[in-house]
Amino acid sequence: MAEYESHNYDVIVIGAGGAGLRAAIEAKQRGLRTALVCKSLLGKAHTVMAEGGVAAAMGNVYPEDNWQVHFRDTMRGGKMLNNWRMAQLHAQEAPDRVHELEAWGALFDRTKDGRITQRDFGGHRYARLAHVGDRTGLELIRTLQQKAVSMDIDVFMECKVLRLLSDADGRVSGAVGYWRPTGEFVTFAAKAVVLATGSIGKSWMYTSNSWESTGDGHAMAIWAGADVIEMECVQFHPTGMVWPLSVRGLLVTEGVRGDGGVLRNSEGKRFMFDYVAPMFRDETAETEEEADRWYDDHANNRRTPDLLPRDEVARAINSEVKAGRGSPHGGVYLDIASRRPAEYIRRRLPSMYHQFMELAGVDITATPMEVGPTLHYMMGGVRVDADTEAATVPGLFAAGEVAGGMHGANRLGGNSLSDLLVFGRRAGIGAADFAEGRAGEPALDGAEIEAVVAEALAPLGREGGENPYDLQHELQSTMQSLVGIIRTGPELEEALEKLGELQERAANLSVAGSRAYNPGWNLATDLPAMLTVSTAVAQGALHRKESRGGHTREDFPAADPELGKVNFVQRQTDRRGPDAPITITPEPLPEMPPELRELLEEGH
Amino acid sequence: MPEETAPELPEDPGSPAEAEAEPATVDSEAEPATVESEAEPATVESEAEPATFGAEDEGPAAADATDGSYDTDESYDTEEADNTVTMHIWRGDHDGGEFTEYEIEGNEGEVVLDVIHRIQASEAPDLACRWNCKAGKCGSCSAEINGKPRLMCMTRMDTLPEGPVTVAPMRTFPIVRDLVTDVSFNFEVAKTVPAFQPPPAPADGYRMQQIDVERGQEFRKCIECFMCQDVCHVIRDHEENKPRYAGPRFFIRFAELEMHPLDTNDRRELVRQQGGLGLCNITKCCTEVCPEHIKITDNAIIPLKERVVDASYDPVGWLGRKILRRTKRSPEEAAAGGG
Repeated sequence: MAEYESHNYDVIVIGAGGAGLRAAIEAKQRGLRTALVCKSLLGKAHTVMAEGGVAAAMGNVYPEDNWQVHFRDTMRGGKMLNNWRMAQLHAQEAPDRVHELEAWGALFDRTKDGRITQRDFGGHRYARLAHVGDRTGLELIRTLQQKAVSMDIDVFMECKVLRLLSDADGRVSGAVGYWRPTGEFVTFAAKAVVLATGSIGKSWMYTSNSWESTGDGHAMAIWAGADVIEMECVQFHPTGMVWPLSVRGLLVTEGVRGDGGVLRNSEGKRFMFDYVAPMFRDETAETEEEADRWYDDHANNRRTPDLLPRDEVARAINSEVKAGRGSPHGGVYLDIASRRPAEYIRRRLPSMYHQFMELAGVDITATPMEVGPTLHYMMGGVRVDADTEAATVPGLFAAGEVAGGMHGANRLGGNSLSDLLVFGRRAGIGAADFAEGRAGEPALDGAEIEAVVAEALAPLGREGGENPYDLQHELQSTMQSLVGIIRTGPELEEALEKLGELQERAANLSVAGSRAYNPGWNLATDLPAMLTVSTAVAQGALHRKESRGGHTREDFPAADPELGKVNFVQRQTDRRGPDAPITITPEPLPEMPPELRELLEEGH
Repeated sequence: MPEETAPELPEDPGSPAEAEAEPATVDSEAEPATVESEAEPATVESEAEPATFGAEDEGPAAADATDGSYDTDESYDTEEADNTVTMHIWRGDHDGGEFTEYEIEGNEGEVVLDVIHRIQASEAPDLACRWNCKAGKCGSCSAEINGKPRLMCMTRMDTLPEGPVTVAPMRTFPIVRDLVTDVSFNFEVAKTVPAFQPPPAPADGYRMQQIDVERGQEFRKCIECFMCQDVCHVIRDHEENKPRYAGPRFFIRFAELEMHPLDTNDRRELVRQQGGLGLCNITKCCTEVCPEHIKITDNAIIPLKERVVDASYDPVGWLGRKILRRTKRSPEEAAAGGG
């Protein structure tokens, strides 16, 4: 066996966004040998792109707010498919996690009496999002990054992990990857591994996700034999940029609507009033006047339908465009210009102001924005124990977007940053406990490492094979057109067939150049995960024969109460790896205790 | 007493005179940034000194001026046939390299990074370039475009002058490959900044006023693109200064902590000595390239210099602080809140 750079830790965390950083901080605080391994430079992870805020029922703006209301909003937003225990822990612990960030140096916007102020967001009953203008994610990642650096956590930057490694007893024992700058391989032995690898968005054409979102963690968990759940539940954020084409999909924060912006069609009509589902009718304004009064007086008015949960708004926009009432570039209008003073817009939404000014030449204080749905978030992911974030394979933990369950079928805005903090910390504790209790040093299987290395290197030595960029493009157009916001059975079957074909072609990739910082080769090593995850999404979508949250079937337009009681669980059983089949089975959701069920049944 | 400090700055014994006398050092060695001056008529500006960085760049205003037509007509799809763009991209590694010319179809509304991506997907799949968000939020894709540090993802092709577009890696950092540089210098400096240290939190949480947090928030907009470090002439052509110079990115980090209403750590001696604050002679190059429009020089460096002067050279102030802790409050005072 060849000699590779090798490291030995108690806990390694793969991914250095909010969840990964928070997990690493926790493990390091316990005095464990901890490493953070990330594909990019530290501080560049997708968390920086979160704009609107962290949802936490601190009650600073509305004292009526509490964890019970936040729990209820989260479950209803998730169309009751959530893991109730995760939703409970999340609502209960989010305020402490926000205060903790402040103690680590974060500077949130303030109320008049000097406390952390909170903003309105879709699906949240009260103004609940702690924020810093519209760059909250940057504040969160920078605070955690600076905390991690001050603790001297070992960071492996621009290091791509290819595969998890297991010992003879089936416990996860480490990972193998390569340094992107040199292409040299590196192995990590670890008593516990935390996956915090984020999303899967790069398998679609129009997404708000960065290049890193290739589903590495989702796929590595599947290949390691772990269960994943709810892979069909993918969130299309209602407001992405639609023009210029080069920035199509780029996120426009929900904060625009939280701060007074409204959606209009080409006739100038506020169409969201026509799309209020029965579930939300009691709490949604019926007239524009009531909706407008609500911004200043939540107690005596009901909320604007512009702030319904994201799945509802995305479908409404889709319908308006299909009905021919869209904007010139195939979106609808998001208008804050006519509703708020220019100075207010620039102060509250500085990033949006610059983004539109510099990339589209549009002054959002004077002109409505053109927006449309963009693939934004993966609700589904690794099935974890709610309290410890332990996956179904020993030694493996997952937190953040790579984990499933917390958000059910649809995530509320603002619940992602709080998810990262709450479950990042819990995963750190879970992994630390496991590592401390694990006897002996974890053993890595040299033959397994050799196989992974050989597979990764194969495209470099091959002449005349497929161009990875072409394959990626075909994958993206397949997922965009066949596994998009509105799905049908025949299209999903077609997608699975096409994905099978792409899978075969992926075994024949050719890459020019050397291993040193070679984006073509990097992409070739990302593609196996992208294909596995895309297959799991399409397969889940085919089996869930109903419409629920982020998953909409044109051929099954209603929610099916029976399917609302199950998760679709996917795993690899006999054979594992990128080319092995994935099984899918419905399994009952965990039973919610009666006292929590009562919270959901209350009038509000 | 701090207000009268004005331009008279502490003369750091180690301050290199040449940094003041000649910020405009144009390196004549085979560095990427100088190569284009040989041939390209279209890149005349690129031979300008660091001091002119940003002089012609009016940021959003410039974009505004050229973009007026997009939302008013359909010109984007009545594009004339010849929309080929010519790119001169630096290719190579730490052992050297050269500009390579690529000609490729341009599309309406594209940024430089879009063109790089299409070159990767066609002619040069191994063209190395670092990027993440493609939205101006992560600060990964810094490069020198037509000789000027810019984010590739926020530089629209149609805001650049006619003619070939030159893209080179940042010059201040060692080259990894093509457009990717080794920016580890910055991560090393980050480790030397002592952490934020607040007093214990009161039972109902810390209180701070918006006006007080806004000073630090300006600096926390920093996306760590490191273009301010790239353009800073103290280290741009003076590798020898790096071990004792933190650079603009970390001056705003020090300033942010110094101005944090809750922080109790005093880092002024550190930023003066190890951070080399005195080496900065306020040419404002950093401010001009900052994509977040942070007023690095005026709002961070100059106030920091004033505070450092207070700490080091003003015996009366020093005594006053000993007794009254005027610029840094005690943990108890900080916990009590207010500005």
